[in-house]
Amino acid sequence: MKEITKETYINWYKDMLFWRKFEDKLAAVYIQQKVRGFLHLYNGQEAILAGCLHVMELGGKDKMITAYRNHVQPIGMGVDPKRVMAELYGKSTGTSHGMGGSMHIFSKEHGFYGGHGIVGGQIPLGAGMAFGDKYHNTGGVTICCFGDGAARQGSLHETFNMAMLWKLPVVFIVENNGYAMGTSVERTANHQDIWKLGLGYEMPCGPVDAMNPIKVAEAMDEAMERARRGDGPTFLEMKTYRYRGHSMSDAQHYRTKEEVEEYKKIDPITQVLDIIKEEKYLTDEEIKQIDKDVKNKVAECEKFAEESPYPDKQQLYDMVYEQENYPFVKHK
Amino acid sequence: MKTIQFREAICEAMSEEMRMDESIYLIGEEVAEYNGAYKASKGMLDEFGEKRVIDAPIAELGFGGIAVGSTMTGNRPIVEYMTFNFALVGIDQIINNAAKIRQMSGGQFPCPIVFRGPTASAGQLGATHSQAFENWFANTPGLKVVVPSNPYDAKGLLKAAIRDNDPVIFMESEQMYGDKGEVPEGEYIIPLGVADIKRKGTDVTVVSFGKIIKEAYKAAEILEKEGISIEIIDLRTVRPMDTKAIIESVKKTNRLVILEEAWPFGSVATEIAYRVQEQAFDYLDAPIQRINTADTPAAYSPVLMEEWLPNAQDVIEAVKATLYVK
Repeated sequence: MKEITKETYINWYKDMLFWRKFEDKLAAVYIQQKVRGFLHLYNGQEAILAGCLHVMELGGKDKMITAYRNHVQPIGMGVDPKRVMAELYGKSTGTSHGMGGSMHIFSKEHGFYGGHGIVGGQIPLGAGMAFGDKYHNTGGVTICCFGDGAARQGSLHETFNMAMLWKLPVVFIVENNGYAMGTSVERTANHQDIWKLGLGYEMPCGPVDAMNPIKVAEAMDEAMERARRGDGPTFLEMKTYRYRGHSMSDAQHYRTKEEVEEYKKIDPITQVLDIIKEEKYLTDEEIKQIDKDVKNKVAECEKFAEESPYPDKQQLYDMVYEQENYPFVKHK
Repeated sequence: MKTIQFREAICEAMSEEMRMDESIYLIGEEVAEYNGAYKASKGMLDEFGEKRVIDAPIAELGFGGIAVGSTMTGNRPIVEYMTFNFALVGIDQIINNAAKIRQMSGGQFPCPIVFRGPTASAGQLGATHSQAFENWFANTPGLKVVVPSNPYDAKGLLKAAIRDNDPVIFMESEQMYGDKGEVPEGEYIIPLGVADIKRKGTDVTVVSFGKIIKEAYKAAEILEKEGISIEIIDLRTVRPMDTKAIIESVKKTNRLVILEEAWPFGSVATEIAYRVQEQAFDYLDAPIQRINTADTPAAYSPVLMEEWLPNAQDVIEAVKATLYVK
């Protein structure tokens, strides 16, 4: 694995803090009704992305696909965060020109393949991306992420079976944040260890302390190498936690404030910052400067999104089909 | 010209396209070693190998989704469903992913894929194996829906569907795979979205598609003897629909019968009737007649199946109704 250095920690801190603040800003502008639709935030789960990015070959070779909690993954993979913010504003400068919204962020160029709104629907897609990479012998690996709720979908089982049968270069990640919307993992299955679902398919699998990016990177490195060698998929259960509700309309009656506070004690950003301070990688002044830079960068995103134009109405008809001049049925 | 079976037309179309484009593969239940449940892929495993002709487990949701996902990394899959009745357990991948991903991604991910297999009834197969969902798929923006009715059309349309850069639902019939017809020796393509006049006529327009159109041919022969001339239009493609071809014919005959092997509620026939009243209202000399299957699930007993399924006599009666003759 690429060594975890001083620079790694500093970048992890900068990135994770930015992702956290980016999501906080979205929550704020959502309340102002500038961003509409559903809004699912990643707060608390950042170590998973940080750890994955450490072992990925970015620039389009390795790919990631996930569900609808998907704003910060493309940013981590190199997409301009201004364009992600603009997508949530429904503006033409957005990653999908305002066609996708919060749940459907895409950037093929950066290897981020969405952003999918149907729980579990992206699991076969992720295996299919890996199928294509294997078919064309690109050497790329797909990281296919989904939540603990999606682990109960049939699509997972059909996909696991074929991914193992055909030894596809894919790493399946369940981001187990404890709750499928408002239903706890305990209430969705007779078993608690989701990673054990891999055993039925003889897929290498295991649990990971996903509040810690180092643990994530280590587990992911092994899994990515397995895929690159041609030995097929791995299934990792990332044990994580989300601080905010499932979406913005979630009153969170299913858990206690104390539980949330307990997890904040092992917050991934705090864990990394503690190491930075302990190892004296940064001075207090430098840390303050990072915090200030992050705040400014988020403000720039907001400004860009605010000032960007909405798409032309004609755009509604421009992206459904590859065929030009498709004869849509008149609707009014 | 040469005479081949419908299943051979399908096989030739797939094989010819696969020879020209390495990114195309065929996946489905029994398509490889078994040579296809209806032998539509006979010999293809031998020619293209197991990398490109792939036996899938019985998991329509899974292999359909994997095929859609592979379009995102450069493949152009052909997915065979043993019947579209079985596609229902995987329809999420067709409707929510294949049909949506291009628009949702702002045009970044076109989805060049063909989902093909038999549609509609095929003898006494009972309720779950006799359904036709052309209208379901045609209702979904992002998809194209093609339903050939003979070997010539099947080959030319399937080649066009495989080359198309949008997802295409290509619907065949268990009862047509053995049908024989002439096809050219050389390559040909039939463009999607263009209807075909299968029989010229002057008195009544009959619009149909798929295997049930054969009932209209039978009716035409009988009606001709009675001095009634019907024009039969084969839609070939349900979505996008060649409305112009229908309207032009109706303007000539002033009477329309629609024959469709599917349930009547919100059917393709309903859509055609809407368009014709909108665009040719003043040309109609009689109410539009439609013939569909009964508004019930199919039943097994031969007597009940006969009652359920449209036939030539139904067409004759509908044609005569538009002419106000008995």
